[in-house]
This record gives sequence, structure tokens and C-alpha cells, in this order.
Amino acid sequence: MIEIINLCKSLDEQRVLKNLNLTIEKGETCVIIGRSGCGKTVLLKTIVGLLKPDSGQVIIENHDITRVDERELNRLRLRIGLLFQSSALFDSLSVGENVGFVLREHSDLDEAAVAKRVKESLELVGLEGVEEQLPAELSGGMKKRVGLARAICARPDIILYDEPTTGVDPIMADAINTLIRRLHDKLEVTSIAVTHDMVSAYKIADRISMLYDGRIIESGTSEEIKNSKDPIVQQFITGAAQGPITG
Amino acid sequence: MVYRMRDCFSRLGRKVLDSIYYAGELSLLGARAIFGLCAHPLKRKQVIAQMNKVGIDSLFIVSLCALFIGIVLVLQSAYQMQKLGAERFIAHLVALSMCRELGPVFTALIIAGRAGASISAELGTMKVTEQIDALETMATNPVKYLVCPRFLALVTMLPLLTVYANFIGIFGGYMVAVWKLGITSTMYISSTFEALALKDIFTGLFKSVIFAVIICVVSCFQGLRAEGGAEGVGKATTLAVVVSFVLIIAADCLFTALFYFV
Repeated sequence: MIEIINLCKSLDEQRVLKNLNLTIEKGETCVIIGRSGCGKTVLLKTIVGLLKPDSGQVIIENHDITRVDERELNRLRLRIGLLFQSSALFDSLSVGENVGFVLREHSDLDEAAVAKRVKESLELVGLEGVEEQLPAELSGGMKKRVGLARAICARPDIILYDEPTTGVDPIMADAINTLIRRLHDKLEVTSIAVTHDMVSAYKIADRISMLYDGRIIESGTSEEIKNSKDPIVQQFITGAAQGPITG
Repeated sequence: MVYRMRDCFSRLGRKVLDSIYYAGELSLLGARAIFGLCAHPLKRKQVIAQMNKVGIDSLFIVSLCALFIGIVLVLQSAYQMQKLGAERFIAHLVALSMCRELGPVFTALIIAGRAGASISAELGTMKVTEQIDALETMATNPVKYLVCPRFLALVTMLPLLTVYANFIGIFGGYMVAVWKLGITSTMYISSTFEALALKDIFTGLFKSVIFAVIICVVSCFQGLRAEGGAEGVGKATTLAVVVSFVLIIAADCLFTALFYFV
């Protein structure tokens, strides 16, 4: 279970997260929706310990990630996989080296076992025989898949997705959504995805939470969100230009 | 008037504080790199790749520059020495200048411009494309993974390149002195050995180790704090080269004075 309690974070004097509270149950896929720049990525980076919050707690498996020492933080990070918006593949390493990076750096597995796990992870995301290629030789959709393979290679308990379908065509976006759903069912992981793509949100979410003005203003199943009475939620999910959300 | 002066002093004070803060951050990164080297074994493949980039790939440009420096030194000193009939001291001057000063400083400046800029641009690109964040989320310390191999490579390769540059510079001087100025080969070589003491070579090498630390720490620091896309990487790279150049010259001045008086 992941518990976020009264989380506050400011960037350049601007308050991005204001007493944000959110609980994600074990095995649940929670999709956080919100406008671009509303703080979704800041929230993800705070959950994984890349950003220190001004106040509040992020509790993962009974450990407050905002207060643990570096060794404990790294131990927790090995149980989390993160798919970056830009995939963030190491461009000097091959696909195989990227995917097996965590295992090569932090496990006692021998090279044959790592190579086997890399192959399995790539197969899970629908890629085969690309181990020797460099990230620069891949298309945007393939990079996302390799990023996903890297995130799941160490078999984490939690997977975080930062805008998983941004920058890919609708067909590839649907393939990635299906993949996320399949990984969730197969690996039984707890997932948090942040997106502003409602098609993606409806497809992958067990629960959708809307982030607005630094807080979660509504949380519920896809149906509950679709039927929400909140005008802000309605404006966002229907993509209307007119409404309470301005600027 | 008073207001203007106060504003001027206030800006000056802020600049001084920023410089102290910057120096502190550089020192901290240097200390973390040294600690990282002592605490964790590095992957041999990574270190060798960096040594190759810093050392082998720079051999040609270092050779070319050192050769020209040696030639220029002989021609410039011959201009004066011939008037005094002291041609045999040309070899002394070339050997001492190369080993104590020009070899270490010029090699460091070349490596700062070549390898330092490359390190800064590479780490800067990794920073703005979230690759450094990715490293951290995979429980890997960027200082240990990225800075330590570069630190070890520079601290090893720069002194070796300096010795090589000294040799090439002296050889450049030898060519001109023997073939154009009529100094005999035996005389030039014996004068070179006569002029050089072990202390001269070691002070030069000591300085080159200090310069290597400066290049590595400044370049890595600028790269790791790059932000704002391609423009940010460009700024980081420029700053890395400029700051390295200034610090190399300043450190050279400091250590030359130190070796002179102590």
C-alpha cells in the first residue's frame, strides 16, 4: 500500500502540491489525471524520492520515503519501477544493457541469468531480438516499451508511469495501455500512472483521481468519474474549453 | 549616490557569496568522488572506456600542440640567446619550460577543452533527458556511476599525457635547434639532461594531477546541474571550459609560487 499524507511541495516559490492526500491499495492501478503542469510528475518524483517534499509523508510498506536514509531509500527504490515520460533510456548503452541495468548493478545474478531475464522482459512488452540495438535506433513507441521492460526487469512491487502514452500515435498508445493492463494482471503490481489522456485513463485504471490546484479533488472508478457532478472534473474529462478551469 | 554605492557593494557581496558557495559545491563533489573511489570498486570496463576517451583520443592533438610549443620556444629563445652567444642554454630553457610549466599547463588546457567539454555535454544531456533521474530511481548513485570513473581516468591519464607532451615538446625543440640553428645533437641532448632535475619533472606532474581534479570536478559539476534543454547543455559546457581554464591558470600560479618559495 502507498499512503500519501498532507504532501506539500513548492518549486520556484510556486506551491505545486498543497496538503495532498491519497491512498493506493496493494495491487490497485490508480491513474492520476490533471492538466499539464498541475504537478503530476512532481508527485511521482516525490513518491520515488527524487524530490524532497516541503512537508508531509509518503509511506510505502510502512516506511516514510521522505525520511529514510540513503541506503533504505535505495532498498525501497529497487522495489519500484518507473517509466519516464521521455523513456530516459541511457543512450550510451544498448537496449539489453538498459533493460538489465538494475540486475547487473544490484543483483548477484550471473550474466546468463540477466540475459534470460532481459529477454523475458522484452518479450513481455512485445519486443524480441532488439538487445543489441541502441536507443537512438528505436522509434518513440519502441523506446516506451524498452523503458517499460527496464522498469519491470527487476520484478518490482510498484510501477509508476509518467505519461505512458504521450508522444506516440493512437494505435501505439492503445498497445501500451493494453500492455500496462496485461502487466498489472500478470505481475500483480501496484501501479500509479499520471496522464491527461482520458482514453488511457479509462482503459488502465481501477481508480481515477483528479489532481487540481495541488490537491486530489475527486477519486473514483472510471464510471464514477464519468458521472461526477464536479464541474472541474466534467470540464477536464470532456475536454471543454469553457468552464471553471481557466488559463 | 549613496544608494548607488550601496547597490554596487550589495551586488559585489552577492557575487563573493555565490563564488564561495560554488567553490563549496565543487569541493563537496570532489570529496564525494574521492570517497566513492575509496568505498566502492569501479567497473573496469567503464574506467578503461573513459581512459580511452581522455587519453588515447587526445594523443594526436596533444602531440601537435606540444610539437609546435617546442618549436616556438626554441625560435623565440634563439632570438635572444644568439645575441648573448648562449645557444647551449636553449636546450635548458626548452626542457625546464616544458617540464615545469608549459607541458602540464598546455596539456591541461587542451584536455579541459576537449575531454572536459565532452564530459560536461554528456552529463548535461543525461541530466536534461532525465537519465540521471533514471539512474537514481534504479538505486544507483550518479557520482559513483558517472563521476568516479571519469575522475580516475583523468587523474591517471593527464599526468601520462603531460609526460608525453614534455617529450614531444623537447623533441620539437631538438629538431629546430639541430637542423636549423646548427646546435649539435649531442650537445642539445646532454644540455637537456643537465638542466633537468627529478624535482622539475615531479612538480610538473604534481600540478597535472591537480589540474586533472579541477577539470573533472568542474566538468561533472556543470553537467550534473544543467537544466533547460539544449541551451542549458550549451551553457553548462561553455561554463565548464571557462571555469576550468581560469582555475587551471590560478592553480598553476599558486603552485608555481609555492614551489619557488618552498
